[in-house]
Amino acid sequence: MVDFIAQFGLFAIFAFFTGGAALSLIYSAYGAERESWILSHLFAALASLCGLLLAGTVLFASGPLSFHLPFSLGIGPDILRFQIDTLAAFFIAAISIVGIAASLFGIQYGKHFLGSYRLGGFGFFYNLFIASMILVVIANNSFLFLLAWEGMAIASYFLVIFERHEAKNISAGMLYLLISQLGAAFLFAAFLILYALTGSWDFDTIRASAGEMPLLVQNIVLALALLGFSSKAGIIPLHIWLPEAHPAAPSHVSALMSGVMIKTGIFMLIRFFVDFFPTAGISWGLIIIVLGAVSSLLGVLYALSEHDIKRLLAFHSVENIGIIFLGLGASITFFSAAMPALGTLALIAALYHTINHALFKALLFLSAGSVVATTGTRNMEEYGGLIKKLPYTAFFFLIGAVAISGLPPFNGFVSEWMTFQSLFAGIGTLPIIGKITFLVGASSLAFTGGLAAACFVKAFGAIFLARPRHEHAHAHESGFLSLAGMGLLAALCALFGVAASAITPIVTRVAESLRAASDIAVPSAPLQSLGGSSLSMSGVAIAVVFGVALCGILVWIIAGRRKIVVSRTWDCGAPLTSRMEITATGFSRSIIMVFRGLLQPSVQTDVEYHDVETRYFTKKKKVELSLTDMYHAYLYSPAITLVEHSARQARRIQTGNLSTYLLYIFLTTLLLLFWALQ
Amino acid sequence: MEILFYAFQSLAIPLASPAVLGLIRKIKAYMQGRQGASIMQPYRDLAKLLRKDEVVSEDNSWIFSAAPYIIFGTTLALAISVPLIANFGFAPTGDILVFVYVLAAGTFFLALAGMDTGGGFGGFGASREMMIAALAEGGLILSLVAASFLAGEHNLAAMPSQLATIPLTGLLPLFLAGGAFFIALLAENARYPVDNPATHLELTMVHEAMILEYSGPKLALMEWAAANKLLIYIAVLVNVFFPWGLAVSIAPSALAVAFGIFTAKVFAVAAVIAFIESTMAKFRIFRVPDFLFTSFVLSAIAIILIVL
Repeated sequence: MVDFIAQFGLFAIFAFFTGGAALSLIYSAYGAERESWILSHLFAALASLCGLLLAGTVLFASGPLSFHLPFSLGIGPDILRFQIDTLAAFFIAAISIVGIAASLFGIQYGKHFLGSYRLGGFGFFYNLFIASMILVVIANNSFLFLLAWEGMAIASYFLVIFERHEAKNISAGMLYLLISQLGAAFLFAAFLILYALTGSWDFDTIRASAGEMPLLVQNIVLALALLGFSSKAGIIPLHIWLPEAHPAAPSHVSALMSGVMIKTGIFMLIRFFVDFFPTAGISWGLIIIVLGAVSSLLGVLYALSEHDIKRLLAFHSVENIGIIFLGLGASITFFSAAMPALGTLALIAALYHTINHALFKALLFLSAGSVVATTGTRNMEEYGGLIKKLPYTAFFFLIGAVAISGLPPFNGFVSEWMTFQSLFAGIGTLPIIGKITFLVGASSLAFTGGLAAACFVKAFGAIFLARPRHEHAHAHESGFLSLAGMGLLAALCALFGVAASAITPIVTRVAESLRAASDIAVPSAPLQSLGGSSLSMSGVAIAVVFGVALCGILVWIIAGRRKIVVSRTWDCGAPLTSRMEITATGFSRSIIMVFRGLLQPSVQTDVEYHDVETRYFTKKKKVELSLTDMYHAYLYSPAITLVEHSARQARRIQTGNLSTYLLYIFLTTLLLLFWALQ
Repeated sequence: MEILFYAFQSLAIPLASPAVLGLIRKIKAYMQGRQGASIMQPYRDLAKLLRKDEVVSEDNSWIFSAAPYIIFGTTLALAISVPLIANFGFAPTGDILVFVYVLAAGTFFLALAGMDTGGGFGGFGASREMMIAALAEGGLILSLVAASFLAGEHNLAAMPSQLATIPLTGLLPLFLAGGAFFIALLAENARYPVDNPATHLELTMVHEAMILEYSGPKLALMEWAAANKLLIYIAVLVNVFFPWGLAVSIAPSALAVAFGIFTAKVFAVAAVIAFIESTMAKFRIFRVPDFLFTSFVLSAIAIILIVL
C-alpha cells in the first residue's frame, strides 16, 4: 500500500486535478453549469485526499521521494524534477486538508453563482490553483518552481476576479496581480543570480554550493528572496493586496488563499534561510523578527478597525504571518548563533503555527462565507442575532475565533506558547542586540494575543449575538456538505490543541530533517519550557472541562428547580431598538483611539439642522470614521509619483526633431567605438 | 495523596474568595468611617442569589447561559495550580502562559455574554473590558516572565521555592515586576482606578455593565467567579512576587504557620486595594491605557535588569 501510494500518489493527484479542470470546461461548454461546478470541486477534493495520503506516506512511512520525468517540454533542459521531502510533505498535508474542506464547502456554494456567471472557467482555475500550490512545494528546480509560482498567481487572479460584475473586484485583482508580479521579479532576479553562480537550475546544486558563494552575493540573494516571498506572505508593508484580493474571491477560495497560498511564501523562506543558506547570519533572523513584530501588531490593529468581515479576516492573516515570522526569525537567529537545539524549537513553533493558522483561518473564512452567502452582505453592521438562524455556522465560527485568539485548549494557543518559549529562550541567551529584539518580539506577541481576542469578541458579537440590526428574513443555515467542510476543520482545531503532544513529534521530525544529523545533539522537546516543566494540553483541557462540569453539576443540584422567566432586556424605560446595540465600529473605537498615533483615525461629520440660523436641533447627522491608508499615502503614492516624474523627465529627450535623433545615434556610436577600442 | 492536594486547592479558593471581597469592603468601610457589613456578607449574598428564580432576556443565545459556567470553570481550573500555602500545584495549569490565557478565555466569554443581551450597557462594557484586557496583557505576561527568569522555572507552583532563595540583587527586578503585576491585578479585576466595583448604572462601569442582565444562580456564579479571580491574582502576587513564608514540608505545624503568613499577606494586599479605593478617584477611561503601559514598561525594565 505504502509503495503503491509513494509510486502513484503524485500521478493520482495531478490526474484528478487535470480531470477536474477538463471536465469543468467540457460540461460548462455543453451548458451543464451545475454539473461542471460539482464535478470540478469533487475532483479537487479527491485530488486533495490523494495529496493527504501521499503526504502521510512520506511523513510516516517512506521518507523523502524524488521523481524525475525525462521530458524537456521545449522550455529548458530537463526541468521536470520533483522532490517530496518531509518539509514539502508537511505543506502538502496543510494544502490538502484545507483543499478537502474548501472543496466540500464549495460544492454547495456554487448555487449562489448559478445563472449569473459562467462556472466552467472557475472550476478550471480552481483545480489549476490547488495543483500549482502543490507543484510549488514539490518543485526541485528553480525553472519549474517559477513556472508553478506564476501559475499559482495567475490561477488565483482569475479566481479573485470571478465575480467580475463588481468593478471593485477587478481593481482588487489588478492590484493583486501587480504586487504578485513585483514580488516575482525579485525572485527571478534571485534565481538568475544563483544560476549565474552555480550554472544550474537545480535546487540540489544550489543547496550544495550555497556555502561557497561570496558573502555579499549570499546577502543579495537572501534580500531578494525575502522581498519576493514576503510579498506573497503578506508582510507589512507588502500586504496591501491581501485585504483587497482575499475578500473579493468566493469564500472557499479566500480560505485557500489565506489558509495556504500565503504559506507558500513561508515555505520558500524556510527553504532559503534554513535549508539552502543555513548560515544566513544573526542579522537576517533579527530583521525577520522585527518584520514579524510589526506585522503582527499592526495587522491585528487594522483588523480591529474593519467592519467588512472578510477584510477583517484578511488582516488577521497579516497578523498571523507576523507570528510565524517571529518563530522563523528566532529560528534563523539561533541557527546562525550556533544554537541548533533552540533553532529547531523555534522552527517547530513556526511550522506548527503555519498549520494551525491554515486550519482556523480556513474555518473562519468558510463560516464567514456561509454568513455572507445567506445575507448577501459583508458589512458586519448589518448582521446581528444570526446565531439563532445559523446555529452550526455560529458554533464553528466560535471555535475558529477561540483558536485564532490563542485561547486554550485550542490549537492557536499551543503554537503561540511555543513561539513565546523560543523568544524567552532568546532573551535569556543571546547577545544584547538579540535580547532586545527578542524582547520586542515577545512584547508584540503578548499584545497581539489580547488584541486578537478583542477583535474576535467584536466579530462574533456583531455577527451572531444580540438582536438583528437588519432583517435577514431568508437567512438560513448552509447545506450539509458545507457544514461538513467547516466541521472537519473545527475538529482539527480542537485536535491540534488538545492532542498537541501527539502532533508535535511529527512537526519535530519535519524541523529536524532540515538540519544535519550532527547538529541535533539533544532530542527536541518542543513542549518543554525553561526549568523543565512541560505543557500538557490534555491536562489543561481536562482541568477546564472538569471545572466547568463540576460547576454545572453543583449549580444543578443547588438551584436545579429554579424558575426561569423569559423577558425583555432591561431598557431604561425606553423601547429598546437594534440601533441601541453596540456596533462593530463602536466596539473597537476605544482601542483605535488608544493607538491613534499609529493608526491615524479620521472623523468626518456632516450635520444638517432643522433651523440653519439657530443650529439647535439637528435633523440628520452623518459620521464617517476611517483610517488613513498610510501605505498608500507614504509609500506607494510617493513611489508612483517618482516613477511618473522620472518618466516625464525621460520624455524630455524625445523632442520629435529628426536632427536631434541623428545626434543621439552619432553620440552613441562614438561612445560604443570608444568603449570597444579601450 | 496528590489528588487530595488538588481537591484541597480547588476547594480552598472558591471557599475563601468571598471572604476576601468582604474583607476589602470592611476595610474600605472603616477607612470611610462606617461600620460596614460583616465580612461574611458576600457568602449570604451568594446563598440568596443561588436560591432565587431567574429572569433571562428573550434576545439571548446559549452563549449567555453557558458563559457563567465557563468563567467559573476556568477559575476552578486555575485554582488547582496557584501556590497558596505550600508548593503542591497541579502542573498543567500552572504554566504562566496557560495561567494568563485561561483567564483570557474567561474574559473572552464574559465579553461575549455582555454583548449577547443586546442592551447598550453590555456592549459598551464588553468593548471597554476587551480594551483593558488587551492592554493589560503585555504587563501581565512580561511581569510573570520576569519572575520566571529569576526563578529559572515557568510553573507557578514551583516558582516560589526558587524565588525565595534568589540573591539580593534579584529583588529590585522582582519587586518592579511585582508592581507591574499589581497594576494588571487592579485592571483585570475591575478595581480602582480602572473600574468601580461598587456601582451600577454609571456610564463608567465595565465589569458590572457586562453582567447587568444576569440574575439568580447565574449572577451568583458570575460574582463568585470574579471573587475567585481576585483571590487567584492576589495569591500569585503574594507568593510569586513576595515568595517567602510558604511551607516547605507538609507537617501540620509548618502548614499552619504558612497559612497564618498567607492570611497576613492577603490581608495586606486587601488593605492596599481598599486604601486605593478610598483615596483615589477612578481614571478617565482614556487615561487607563497610560496606567497599563506603565505596567508593561515596568516589567520590560525588570526583564532587562535581569538578563543583562
